Amino acid sequence: MRKLSEQQQAATSASPLAKPAAHESASRQVAGSARYVDDMPVPADTCYGAVGQSRCAAGRIRNIDLAAVRAAPGVIDVITAEDVPGHVDIAPVFDGDPVLAQHNIKFFGQPVFAVLAHTVEEARYAATLGNIEVEPTPALLSIAAARELDAKVRPSHQMQQGDYAAVYAEAPIKLEGQLKVGGQEHMYLEGQISLALPEEDGRMMIYTSSQHPSEVQKLVAEVLGVGLHKVTVDMRRMGGGFGGKETQAAQWACLAALLAQRNGCAVKFRLARSQDMQVTGKRHPFENSYAVGIADSGKILATHVTVSGDCGHSADLSDAIVDRAMFHVDNGYYLGASRVTGHRFQTHYVSHTAYRGFGGPQGMIMAEAMMDNIARATGQDPLTVRKLNLYGPDTGDTTPYGMQVEDNLLPEIIARLEDSADYWARRKTITAFNQTSPIIKKGLALTPVKFGISFTAKYLNQAGALVHIYTDGTVQVNHGGTEMGQGLHTKIAQIAAHEFGIGLDQIEVTATRTDKVPNTSPTAASSGTDLNGKAVQNACQIIRQRLIDFYATSLQLPATDAQFSQGQVSLGEHSIGFTELVQQAYLARVSLSSTGFYKTPKIYYDRASASGRPFFYFAYGAAVSEVTLDILTGEHKTTRVDILHDVGTSINPAIDTGQIEGAFIQGMGWLTTEELRWGDDGRLTSNNMATYKIPAIGDTPAIFNVDLLYRPNAQDSIYHSKAVGEPPFMLGISVWCALKDALSSLSGYTQDPQLDTPATPERVLKAVLAAQDAGL
Amino acid sequence: MVRFLLNTTPLTVSTENANQTVLHFLREQRRLTGTKEGCASGDCGACTVVVAELNPSHTGLHYRTINSCIALMSSLHGKQLITVEHLAEAQQLHPVQQALVDHHASQCGFCTPGFVMSIFALYQRHQPVNRSEVEHALSGNLCRCTGYRPIIDATMAVCQQPVEDKFNRMAATTIATLTAMQANTSDDNQSTGLLMPTSREALAACIAQHPEALLVAGSTDLSLEITQQLRQFKTLISISQLAELHSVECDDDYLTLGAACTLSDIKEVLLDAFAPLTELFERFASLPVRNQATLGGNLANASPIGDMAPVMLALEADFIADDGQQTYTLPARTFFTGYRQTSLPAGAWLSKIRIPRLTTADRLAAYKVSKRFEDDISAVCAVFKLRLDSQGKITRATTGFGGVAATPASAIALEQNLVGMALNAPATLVRGKQILATSFAPIDDVRASADYRNQLVVNLWHRFFVEQQPSTNRISTRVQYHA
Repeated sequence: MRKLSEQQQAATSASPLAKPAAHESASRQVAGSARYVDDMPVPADTCYGAVGQSRCAAGRIRNIDLAAVRAAPGVIDVITAEDVPGHVDIAPVFDGDPVLAQHNIKFFGQPVFAVLAHTVEEARYAATLGNIEVEPTPALLSIAAARELDAKVRPSHQMQQGDYAAVYAEAPIKLEGQLKVGGQEHMYLEGQISLALPEEDGRMMIYTSSQHPSEVQKLVAEVLGVGLHKVTVDMRRMGGGFGGKETQAAQWACLAALLAQRNGCAVKFRLARSQDMQVTGKRHPFENSYAVGIADSGKILATHVTVSGDCGHSADLSDAIVDRAMFHVDNGYYLGASRVTGHRFQTHYVSHTAYRGFGGPQGMIMAEAMMDNIARATGQDPLTVRKLNLYGPDTGDTTPYGMQVEDNLLPEIIARLEDSADYWARRKTITAFNQTSPIIKKGLALTPVKFGISFTAKYLNQAGALVHIYTDGTVQVNHGGTEMGQGLHTKIAQIAAHEFGIGLDQIEVTATRTDKVPNTSPTAASSGTDLNGKAVQNACQIIRQRLIDFYATSLQLPATDAQFSQGQVSLGEHSIGFTELVQQAYLARVSLSSTGFYKTPKIYYDRASASGRPFFYFAYGAAVSEVTLDILTGEHKTTRVDILHDVGTSINPAIDTGQIEGAFIQGMGWLTTEELRWGDDGRLTSNNMATYKIPAIGDTPAIFNVDLLYRPNAQDSIYHSKAVGEPPFMLGISVWCALKDALSSLSGYTQDPQLDTPATPERVLKAVLAAQDAGL
Repeated sequence: MVRFLLNTTPLTVSTENANQTVLHFLREQRRLTGTKEGCASGDCGACTVVVAELNPSHTGLHYRTINSCIALMSSLHGKQLITVEHLAEAQQLHPVQQALVDHHASQCGFCTPGFVMSIFALYQRHQPVNRSEVEHALSGNLCRCTGYRPIIDATMAVCQQPVEDKFNRMAATTIATLTAMQANTSDDNQSTGLLMPTSREALAACIAQHPEALLVAGSTDLSLEITQQLRQFKTLISISQLAELHSVECDDDYLTLGAACTLSDIKEVLLDAFAPLTELFERFASLPVRNQATLGGNLANASPIGDMAPVMLALEADFIADDGQQTYTLPARTFFTGYRQTSLPAGAWLSKIRIPRLTTADRLAAYKVSKRFEDDISAVCAVFKLRLDSQGKITRATTGFGGVAATPASAIALEQNLVGMALNAPATLVRGKQILATSFAPIDDVRASADYRNQLVVNLWHRFFVEQQPSTNRISTRVQYHA
C-alpha cells in the first residue's frame, strides 16, 4: 500500500466562528507577496494590449485609418470590431456593449481598436496614433437632454400602494423637492487587468481581476466563437472591486483573449489609471424629485418619488439598478399611499454600472431629504420626524412594493444610538454654539439604513461550492465567490473549519475558478457570504455525513448526534481524531470530496404588478454624524461619527467592522469630495486621482465609534449572520444631512437648504450664499 | 550611471534610458512586484518605497518615502532603496507589518505595501507619534477599503514602542557602503539619457551640449509627461547632484535656500522663520511628494497652482539664477511672465531662493482651499503679508494668489489701497473685499468655478481680517483639525 501523508496536527482550539480571525491574506499583503494579476510571472512570449479611443461622444464611424498604428515601433497586431470572430456585443443582460465600437460612437473615449505590441509602453503609444473619422451626431449629455427626447435604455417602471393621488390631495401639508445626486468613480486601487494564455486545441486560460469569473468565461467564449468548455477563468484576488469589476472587467479579458488567439501568444491587458476612469462605468448620477403629503404632526400620509438615472449609453445593469433605487426610496419609513416611478435615461456617457449599493443609495437619500424637509416645515428636530415615520404598528409595515417589513430593528437601533451618541445633549450644545459663532457652524444628524438583501434577479440567488479533504486531514475549499478584500475567503474558511471542527490553518480557500465551480453568480449584492457560505456548508455537511456514517458503521452505532469539534469527531462516548477518521474513511473507499449548492428561499417579485418579496431579509443600521462648516469657504469636516450596525450573528466581527467603517467613509466620499466632471464635449475631465478626490486619511473622523448589533438574523441565513458589504455605505448619508443641518442653522432651522451632491466646499458655499440671500 | 543599494545589493545601473522610473525598474527589471502601481502619477501611494540616505556627517541614515512611480533613477544615486519585500526578517514580519495584520488594517491589500513603507519610515524616527503626525506621514497613501481607522490605530500602536530592527543593526554597514559608494566618483561617459552633472561648470556644459533638454530635479511634475502623456525624452539633465543647490543659509535678514532642496529639506528652517506657513506647507501635496519635490522646481515650473509661488510673491523673495558664468537676481514679483513662463535667462537655472525674514511688525497668513484637505491642488491659495506701524496702521501690504490667473499673481490694487488703513477698522475689511471682488478673472475648471474662486479671494481676506483682530474678541474661523 502507498504511504499516506503524515497526519496534520489538528487544532485543539474551539471553533473559529464569531471570532476576529485575521484576513486570510493579511500576512502576504503586508509582505508584498500577495500576488495580483499584474504580479504573476508570465510566459516569455507575453505581449501587451492597449485600446485606441474615440475623440468625440456621438457619431457614425466613417473610416478607421490604422496605418500609423501598425507602423509604430513594436506593434504586432491591430484589431477592430470587424476582426472579432464571434459575438461583438458583450453586454451582460440587454444588448448594447460592443467589445470595440462598431458603426457608431456612443461616448467620448470609447475603445475603437486594440493594439498588440511587445511592451506595454509601445502598445499604449501606438494606440494614440489611430485616425478615427466620425460623422458627429448630436450628443445627449444630461438627463434633461435625454428626457426631452425620451431617450431611455429601458422602459420606465412604477410601484404603487394605495391611492396616492387621492390621499395627497387631502393632505394638510404638501411638500415638494428635487435633488441632483452625483455619480461615483470606483477607484479600486488595482486597475482593470486580464492575462490571456492560449492553450492547445483552442482552449483559453484567463487570469483576471473580476467579480464575475463565470461571465468573463461566457463572454470570452462568445467573442472567440467557441464553447464555454474551452475557456477557464482563474481569479485569486482583486485589489478592490466595489461593483466596478462586476461587468466592467470582461472587456479587457475579451480583448486579451482575441489578441492571444490571433497571435498565439500570451497577452496582458492592463489599463492605465486615466484610461480606466474614462472607459469604465461609474455609479449612476440621478436626478430625483418627490411630493409628500403630511399631517400637521409630520406623519407621512402620501408620497410620490420619481427617480431618474443617467444610465449612459447602454442598459448594462441599469434596469436592476434603477429598480433598487426605487426599492429604497422608503428607506426605513412608511410612505403612506405611495407611488414610486423610475426612469432609465440614455445619454452619451460611458455606460454606468454597479457600485456598492447598486442604486439603493441614490434612492435612499430621497427618504432622508423628505425627512429633513418635513422637520423644517413642522418645526421639529429631524430625528423626531424620522422616529415618527418608521415602519411599525403606529404607521404601517407595507413597502411601496407590497413587502411586509418583519423583524424591524430600527426602533431599537435608533434608541440605543441616540443614547450612546448623546444626541439630545449634543443637539443643545450645537444649537447654542451656532448662535454665538458667526463663521463656523456645526451640524448633527442621525440617519438610519434599511437595505434589502438578495439579488433582485431571482436566478442569481444561487451558489455552488467544491470541498476536498485530503488524506492528511487538510481541506481545500472552492466556491463561486470572489475575494476583493471584503474578507469572503476568511469567512468561508471559518465556516469550513467550524463544520469540520478543525483549525483555520488546515483550510485553504483557493482561487475562484470556472473549472471547479461552474455557472456562478457575480460576487455582488452583499451576497458573497450568504450564498457561498451556505453552499460551502452544504458541501461540508455532505462529507461530514459520509464520515459519520462510516464511523457509526465501524462502531456499529446509530449515526446520530455526532460532533465535530476541536479536531475530534465524537459519537456517543466514542471519539476519534479528525485526520485519523479521514484516513480510515479513505482506506474504506469513502469519497472525501463534494460539491455543495444553495438557493435563497422565499423570494419572488412580480414586475407586472410591481409587488412581491424581492428580499430575503433587511439589514439595518444607523449613524450619527457631526460636522463643522466654514461659511466663508464652504470647507467642512466630519468630526465625530457613531454607528450601530446590524450584522446578525457576526461570523467575523473584525471583518464586519472593517466593512462598516470602510463603507461609511466611501459613502461620505460619494456625498462630499468625490466629484465627477465632464466637459461640454462629453469628455471626462476628472480623469485621474489628482482631480477626483476620494477620502484621504485626514477625512476619517477623529471620533469614530462603530458597534455591532448582535441580534441573530430571524431568517435562516448562514449561522443567522447578515450581509454587510453594501448596507453601511448608506450610513454616509448622515454626513450630508448633518451638513444640511449646519446650513439650516443660518435660517434658525426654519429652512431646508438645497444641497445637491457631492457637497463639495463650492456647493456648500453656494448653499450658504442662498441661505444668506433668503435671510436678507 | 546611478550607484545605489537595492535593499542590501549594491547596483550600478545605466541611465541611458532617461525615462525609466524607479517603479518600472523594480517591477519590470527586478521582478520585485510587492511595490504596486495604482495611478502612475504620485497621487495614491501604492508605489511608495523608502530611500535611506546618509546624513551630512555620514553618521546616520535618514529614511524617507518617495513615490517610485514618478521618481527617476537619479533619485537613488548614493542611497539605499528599501522595498516592501525586504522588511521581514527570516519569515518574521517587521513590527510595522505585524501591527497592520493585528489591527485588521488590510482588506484588498493593494495599497498595503505603500502604507507599510510610509509607516516604516515614520517608525524609523523612533519617537512616539500623535495622530496628527500619523496623518501627515500617511497623507500620500490612499486606501479605498478600510476607511483608515485600523491603519491609524496600527501606526499609533507600533510607533509607541519601537524596537531595534535589522535596519538599525545593519546601519553601520549600510553607512559604510553608502559612504564608499559616494566616494566612488568614477565618471561615466554617458552623453545622452539621464545626465547627472556634479558641478555648475559641468551643468553649463550639459546645457550647452543639449540646449533642447529639460532640467529635472525632483521629477514629481516632469514624470507625468512620461507616465501620463507617454512622452519619451532622449536626454534629461538632473540637477540633483549639485551640492551647492542643496545649501541652506540663514542669517539675520534672509533665508537663502538652494533650489534643489526638497520641500522636506527646508521644512524646519522655513517654518521656524515663517510659522504661519505651517498649514499651507503641510497641505502641499503629500509627504512622499515633499520628500522628492524641490522648492526650485515648484517655482521654475511656474504653474499658476503651485503653492510656493504665492508665498514667494507675498514675501517678496528674490530668485538667484546661474548659467555657469554669472548669476542673476530675479525678483519673485516679476518672475512669472506668462502661463508657465518666467524671466529665467536662456541657459540659466534657478540656483537659490532668498527670502527676507519677518519683522515683529509683520502679519502673515497663508490659506489654501481645495476639495480635500490632504494631497489636493488649490482651488485658491492666498497669502497676505502686512507691515504695521505702532498705531496699527498698514505701512506695506504684499500678497500672493494661486488659482486665480494664468500665473501666480499679486493683488496690486489691494496692496496699494491698504497702505495707511488701520488693520482693526471695519472699513479695511470692506475696502479689501471690494477691491478683491474685481482683482482677478479666474477660469472654470475641474477643481472650481470662476465664481467660487472669486468668492474665495474675497472671503479669505475676510478670514484674514477676522483672525488679525485682538485675541479678546477672537472668533472661531476654521473647521477643526485633529489634535
